[in-house]
Formats: sequence, C-alpha cells, structure tokens
Amino acid sequence: MRRFLLQRAIRAVLTLAILSVVIFALARATGDPLTLILPPEASAEDRANVSQELGLDRPWVVQYGRFIGHVLVGDFGISLYHRQPVNELIRDRLPNSMRLAGFAMAVAILLAFPLGVLAAARKDTLFDRGDQVIAILGQSVPTFWLGVVLIETVASRLQWFPPGDIGGLDHYILPGFTLGWFVVAGMMRLLRSGMIEVLDAEYVKLARIKGVIERRVIWQHALKNALIPVVTFMGMYFAILVANAIVVETVFAWPGMGRLAYEAITTRDFPVIQAVVLVAALIVTVANLAIDALYVVIDPRIRHAG
Amino acid sequence: MSDIPLSPIQRVLRRLPGRRTKGRVAGPPLIPLVILVAFVLAAVFAEWVSPGEPYRQALRAGFRPPVWLDAGTWSNLLGTDRLGRDLLTRIIYGARVSLTAGVITVLVATAVGVAVGLVAAYFRGRVDAVLMQLTDATLSIPIILLALILAVTVGPSFGNVVLAIAAILWARYARVIRGEALSLMERDFIALARVAGCSPARIIAVHLFPNILNTVVVLFTLQVGDVIIVEAALSFLGAGIPPPTPAWGSMVADGREFITTAWWVSFFPGLAILMVVLSFNLLGDWLRDRLDPKLRQI
Repeated sequence: MRRFLLQRAIRAVLTLAILSVVIFALARATGDPLTLILPPEASAEDRANVSQELGLDRPWVVQYGRFIGHVLVGDFGISLYHRQPVNELIRDRLPNSMRLAGFAMAVAILLAFPLGVLAAARKDTLFDRGDQVIAILGQSVPTFWLGVVLIETVASRLQWFPPGDIGGLDHYILPGFTLGWFVVAGMMRLLRSGMIEVLDAEYVKLARIKGVIERRVIWQHALKNALIPVVTFMGMYFAILVANAIVVETVFAWPGMGRLAYEAITTRDFPVIQAVVLVAALIVTVANLAIDALYVVIDPRIRHAG
Repeated sequence: MSDIPLSPIQRVLRRLPGRRTKGRVAGPPLIPLVILVAFVLAAVFAEWVSPGEPYRQALRAGFRPPVWLDAGTWSNLLGTDRLGRDLLTRIIYGARVSLTAGVITVLVATAVGVAVGLVAAYFRGRVDAVLMQLTDATLSIPIILLALILAVTVGPSFGNVVLAIAAILWARYARVIRGEALSLMERDFIALARVAGCSPARIIAVHLFPNILNTVVVLFTLQVGDVIIVEAALSFLGAGIPPPTPAWGSMVADGREFITTAWWVSFFPGLAILMVVLSFNLLGDWLRDRLDPKLRQI
C-alpha cells in the first residue's frame, strides 16, 4: 500500500515536471517574450538591456533552471497588465474559486447520488427515463450558454437570485449550479451503470436471500462497490470543473482564478496565464493523488496488494 | 421493484431477450440522425441554403427580433445581431466552422491516440511506462488552459484551436485503446502471428488495429460533441476562432451584453450547439450499446 502511494506520488511529480517544460517551451518557442514585455517602438539597445536583465540571452537550460527556481518558491513574476506580483493576484483570487468549486462539487454529489442510485434500482421506469434525459442534457448543454440563459431568465426576469459577483450564499446558487451541472450528469450515469452491474452480483443476491431489506441492499451493500468507478472518474470531473470555472466565472463576474485567466487573455498578460495554468495543473494533480489515497481506503484489493 | 427482493423467476423473466431489445438497443435514434444530416447539409451548402450573407452589416436593422415577435420581419427569420447581420445565416455558416473544427480535431487526436495506445500495448515494459507517463501528464492539463496559452502567445486562430484540443485529446484515446489492446495481446492469434514471423508493425496494423475499430468509432462519435463544446467555449472566451468568422461560441459572447434587451442574439447560436452536441451524444450512446458495451463508463 505504501509502495502504491509512493509510486503515484512520484508519477504526480513527474507529471508536473513535464508540464513545466511544456509551458516553458511554449512560451519561448512561440515568440520572443520581449515582444510581449516591451512596446513595439523600443530601441535595439533597450531590447538588449532588458534581455540581459531577464537572462533571456542565456542558454535555454539556464533559463529553464531559473524559471523552475522561481516557480518552486511561488514567484511567478509580475503581471504585465496589473503591474503587481502574480502571486499576490493569485492569493486574492484562488480562495474565491475554491469556494465556488467546492459549492459546485457539493451540489453535484448531493444531486447525483440519489438520482443515479434510484435510477438503477428502478431501472426502465419513468423515473429512470427522466434521469437519462437529465444526464444526456447535462453533457450536451454548453456551460457558458447555460450561464447566460440563467442570468436572463432566473436572475433578470424572475429576480430569484443575483446575476453575479461574489456575496452571500444566494450568490453561489446560479454559478454553482451552472458549474456543477456537467458533473451531475456524468456522475449520475456512472452510478447508474455501476449499480446495475453490482445489483446483479452474487454477494448482492446472497444479501437478498439472507433477507436483508432492499433499501439496505441498495444503499450499503451495492453502493459501496458501485462507488469505485465514480472515484476513478472523480479526478477527471475535478479537472473539468477547474476548466469550466474559467467560463462560469467570466459569465457570472466571479472574482476568481478563472476570471483572472480571462482578463489575462484579453490583455495578453503572459505571466498571469502561465501561473494560472501551473496552479490549475497542480490542483488537478494533487486532487488525483488524494483520489488514489481514497482508493486505498475504499478498495481492500489495493490495500492488501504490494 | 421497491422493497421486495426479486424472486428467481422474476429475475429469469427480466433476462428474456424480448424485454431487453425494446428501448435503447433497437434501431438508430432517428431524430438525432435527421438533425445531424440537416446541419451537415446546411454547412456544406451554406452558400445556397442561407437566406443572406454572413458578413453583410445593416446597422439600421440591428437587433431586429425573430419573425414571430413584434417588429420581426420575414427577411430575418431569427432576427439580427448588433451589426444587423442575419442570425440564421450566421448560424448556418457557423455550422461549417463548428463541424469542421470538431471532426478535424477528433480525427487528429484519434490517429495519435490509437498509435500511442497500440504501440504501448504491443511493446509493454519501458516503452509502455514512458508513453503512459506522457499520457497521464497530458491528461492533467485542462484543454482550455492550453488553448489559452496558445491564444496569448501566438494569437487565436482556427489552426491553434484544433492543435490545442488535439494535443490533449489524444491521451484519452491512448488510455482506452491501450487497455483494449492489452487484452487482445493475450489472445492466441497474436501469438500465432508472432510465430509466423510477422513484424511488430504488421501485427499492430493488421492484427490489432482492426480489432479495436469498434471502440474507435464509438469514441469518435462521443468525442465530436465534446470538442464542439470546447471549441465554442474557447471562441466564447475570445481564445478560439477570431471574429468576424461566424463561430457559435463567439456569437453567444456577442449577445451577452444585450441579453436583457435582445435575448435572441445569444440564445439561438447556443441552441444550435445544444442540438448538434445532443445528437452526437445520443448517436454515440446508441453506437456504444451496439458495438462496444464495455465502454459504458465513458
């Protein structure tokens, strides 16, 4: 078990290392960073000076070493647009994003579990059909459009919830729902197919023969094993959530990392984009690692192997 | 089935083929197919079927509502945008952009992903370890973020969108295909091919590849819809296909500021995305149940 986790941890570190090389290479290969930093009318002398100051005249390996050295201590440079250290910007925005993502994930789990499990238990009934419609719609509705439509209908016409910006709990409803919607659909489908399979297994039959009441068979005996595929895909859902957050935060004017990224594209603020991508990848990787640890807890087959 | 456990007879009854074949495992879903064919035809023959021209502005006819509302006109069935461009026309031309982006991206990603998956499964060992490590790393980069980097460093364009999405999407195929191929490698016909002296390239191309085609077809259909949504999201953020090219995502973005006064500008392009993606997903679901039920979880 310890070996399993150690292996995963090494993989995670390798993943981040590869990613840092990719970002560095993209930044350098796709254009001279000087054109982003300096105004177009800068003289050749200015260019040489800045280049030397930033170490851009040194070999690539040295530049990469410096880049990694800075990143490791949390120094992402200075935003070209905001004119303040990027890590200050991130420190301001990251908690807002985490709160929204946490809310969305909670919404998703609270909706997906009852819907998915009951759909499997009542397979082929009207309830199941309705569930399938919700699931397939969830995977087909573009998040940004859903956000725009909700703002127009629920927020502006009906005035049930505020249309955007951070605030009290009511501010979380619309963006949280928009962000969690996609995950609800996927999780529900996984739970349904997992439960249908498990409900057919020998040990579930045994439980039924022993006379365990059906509710317990479903929610305890079966659900425990149907959970494993859900946990496997949890990492993917989390990654999707992080990516979708950019769109949702932009639509709902949410002051988080996603909106920061959007502003950075419109102002071509490279240091910010670079930092957002690295932080997002770090979050996704750590989440995946946590999921591997969770595996060990819920699946004894892994706990006792190797 | 509520709280009463099923009797053995009930269980047997449930397994009879008659009850299983009704519902999802029947013929292809008709409505999605019709919708997709309609959109494809519209995209191909956009010049002929669209009522207007996608770039022609008519500033005095801006924000004209759809025909069934007051002040709507028959010349602009779905209304016009801020610059007075006909929405229906732009949606039809947008179909061309979305569908080509979707199909080309998935084709590129499939080619790379299948190659990587098969090679990893065939050679195992170190090759497998390196390729799968690369796959894992790739999967941890959110597609939208890579596209953002490309948009900021080299500027947004059709090619960059395809490149950014394909550069990550291949990893999803590689994972699934590798798993599939690994179990194929255990089969006798592969061992026999080896004994017969087939080269690795031949075994991969002639013996492994045809056996995973079903999976490839299912993944392809299910992913096109996904890619169309991602492309639209990128265009919405201004990191996708740059204006004035009519892309559905940027059209939704165009109307966002005026959503309370002219809802149709954002609404209809989004509806088009929803219809196309929904059709691809329904068709993909059906194909999966038909060709490759093991893929349930994707």
